[in-house]
Amino acid sequence: MANTQAIATSFKGEILTAIHALGTTVTRGATTADTVKAALYLTTASIGAGTTAYSATGEVSGTNYSAGGVTVTNANAPSTSSTTAIWTPSASIVYTTVTLSTAFDCVLLYNSTQSNKAIGGYTFGAQTITAGTLTLTMPTNDASNALLRVA
Amino acid sequence: MITTTKGDMDESLLRKVEGEVDNDNEHTTWVEYYDGDELVHRSAHVRLKKPLFTEIVGGQIG
Repeated sequence: MANTQAIATSFKGEILTAIHALGTTVTRGATTADTVKAALYLTTASIGAGTTAYSATGEVSGTNYSAGGVTVTNANAPSTSSTTAIWTPSASIVYTTVTLSTAFDCVLLYNSTQSNKAIGGYTFGAQTITAGTLTLTMPTNDASNALLRVA
Repeated sequence: MITTTKGDMDESLLRKVEGEVDNDNEHTTWVEYYDGDELVHRSAHVRLKKPLFTEIVGGQIG
């Protein structure tokens, strides 16, 4: 046996379940998973690494779309695969029978339980929807494809 | 029946246009239905290929 320098894989996964607090943290109200939501943003918006929380600025609007977007189905607990912590929503994100006439190209995942703090933005080719459905299909929840990976 | 801006319409009455984008970032398919030249339905199906990825790096001691 020999010692090796490494970040513990378990630590990476535990970051995703708020086990560690290396700085001042919040008092959590429950031990259940937080609620994650998905909001769509116009091509003219500025979602990126500097986004700290959900904002209605630049968000799409239209028939049957509610500000703040939709709740993400989260039946997948964060896990580890090889040395990577992974998490992927357990179902597609679906906006049903909406009309979104102004082009959008980004979905922001955010934590509505924790003051709407941002998780991350995902971009795609500009879309509009007319009396139709936008479906965002989730990738396989593994070390190579999971939607959120901490390596 | 297809949901349209004019209510549910029989698909046979509409012109259907389909498209696809496949690149490193996404695989997207979309379908449009036209009543004459008027777009009355558009749906899209996006599969993202690039996950959000962050790396935690342990620094050196000493």
